[in-house]
Amino acid sequence: MTVTAPSRPPSAAMRGHARRRGRRGLLGWLYATPTAVFVVALFVVPLLLVVKMSLSRWPLLTGDQGINAPDNFTKAVDHRFFTDSVVFTIKYTVLATVLLLALGLGLALLVQESSRWNSLLRASFLIPSALGLASASLLFYVLYSPYASPLAPVMDSLGFTFLGSPTAALLSTTFLIVWRYAGFYMVLMLVGLQGIPADVYEAARSDGASRWQTFRKITLPLLRPTLALTTVLCVTGSLLAFEQFYILTKGGPDNSTITVVQLIYMVAFQGQNDLGVAAALSVIVLLALIVMNALQLRAFRSEER
Amino acid sequence: MVTESRSRSTVAGGSTSRGAPAGPTRSRGVTIAGIALRTPYWVFTGAVGLIFLAPLLWTAVASVAPHAGTNQVDGWGLGNYETLANYQAGIWRYLANSTVVSLLTVVLTLLVSLLGGYAFARFRFPGRNILFLLTLAILMVPYATLLIPLYVLLNQVGLQNSLVGVALVLTMFQLPFATFLMRISFEAVPRELDEAAMVDGCSSFAALWRVLLPAVKPGLITVGLFAFLAAWNDFMAPLILINDSERMTLPLAVSNLRGQVQGVVDYGATEAGVVVLALPCIVLFLLLQRHYVRGFMSGALKG
Repeated sequence: MTVTAPSRPPSAAMRGHARRRGRRGLLGWLYATPTAVFVVALFVVPLLLVVKMSLSRWPLLTGDQGINAPDNFTKAVDHRFFTDSVVFTIKYTVLATVLLLALGLGLALLVQESSRWNSLLRASFLIPSALGLASASLLFYVLYSPYASPLAPVMDSLGFTFLGSPTAALLSTTFLIVWRYAGFYMVLMLVGLQGIPADVYEAARSDGASRWQTFRKITLPLLRPTLALTTVLCVTGSLLAFEQFYILTKGGPDNSTITVVQLIYMVAFQGQNDLGVAAALSVIVLLALIVMNALQLRAFRSEER
Repeated sequence: MVTESRSRSTVAGGSTSRGAPAGPTRSRGVTIAGIALRTPYWVFTGAVGLIFLAPLLWTAVASVAPHAGTNQVDGWGLGNYETLANYQAGIWRYLANSTVVSLLTVVLTLLVSLLGGYAFARFRFPGRNILFLLTLAILMVPYATLLIPLYVLLNQVGLQNSLVGVALVLTMFQLPFATFLMRISFEAVPRELDEAAMVDGCSSFAALWRVLLPAVKPGLITVGLFAFLAAWNDFMAPLILINDSERMTLPLAVSNLRGQVQGVVDYGATEAGVVVLALPCIVLFLLLQRHYVRGFMSGALKG
């Protein structure tokens, strides 16, 4: 697929009179109107509203009760699960990102040559990604249960359960995520690998470079843009983890697997019912994400020099 | 080593071939020594592939297999699916809800991104770049951050606890990917095509409908496929926006199904639910695999 530059110089037909251009502009707006309506009504307005909510007392049932800034933010940071959920989310993000990128690249290298067998393999790696995250979580909820799992005898004899301890729950959930997303990252890595010119490899081979040297000195550096993109995607996705923990662990055992987004949901709809504090948490997450993505992109860029 | 030189040469092949599952190429120089060298590779990769397939296959089999504590205790059969069918409002109701949300999301996403992609690719108008960047910015903002204010907003306009409201929200979340993909699809079509049509007296809409639509069909299929998968599988939007059990979508219903009977989880019915949830996705994946991979790839090109 070719990506042309977003804006081309106006072609001969468009270089007409100003009036014609005005008409084209109007037509352009006409076609863009549905997009604009959706983006403004369901994205820009909610974004402004969440900021307003974060500055107001806003119980779930009674609605807006007026400005109370910065109470929601202090309440959010003082929440008894705030620090734990931030620490846990970061721990999970690092684990998931490292595993997914390594495995995605490994799988891509494994199946990059075109053959019937490899397209079969690619398809089997990709099938889990067609499942919804909720469906996949429900599937592993059964697979991990000590009652219905085919691995139940193993759990019995070793005396542990997949979701029984905090560490086991974290690792089991990460396994589910790796299973669900590895194929997706494999495709992104394949695209990156295909962008590396063949003659670079030819040159390395004629210089007598070993396989490992070629990987270290050619594949990895030339794959940097892909690695940057996949890292940003994976970090963002993992920081926002919700379904997998909501369905698999429900934050347990002993509230050890509560992610930040789960905390937002709990504060908003489960018990506390405080949309103001939930909005404050949302704003904190949003700012943290923007800062983190900017830092990551900058880190990858400065390495390039 | 045979394997080494082969894998190198295919990197060269890879740079010219298209998407990931490119057509099979005849392997060169198949010798007995070559096959012997490749056997560990086949065993290893086959095992890895099986790890990815095993959970799905096991769930499908287990959903009809006998298991204590389920509705399918003796012998093989569809007992678990019966439990699922009779759960609360009945599976047909949840299937219908999910279908309504998914189809509405697909139709809206296709319509909005078709027109939007056309506008961004072919017209210059004031605010064009700002609108495009705003659309892409949806990707930057966490789902949960938007769902809380959307819950309040939809409540105010009477679309809270409504399948239409869920579909509108899901469409909005599809727009960055869909608009981007439709824009590059239109830009890949030579401008001369629609200009010639307009010189012949077609309006810009007729040019879009008659001339450009067939040319951007692959893009539309990819957009529609991803919109369907996202809407069918979405969990968080209905979880927050729907509170009436009659209006739950299927993922929510199957998730709630666990632990209904006095805290005892019906694992059999959960398995059946997973199968019903996964089946359309897997069928679509197998039918439209090329479009599916293309969608992922355009995500990569964006970076």
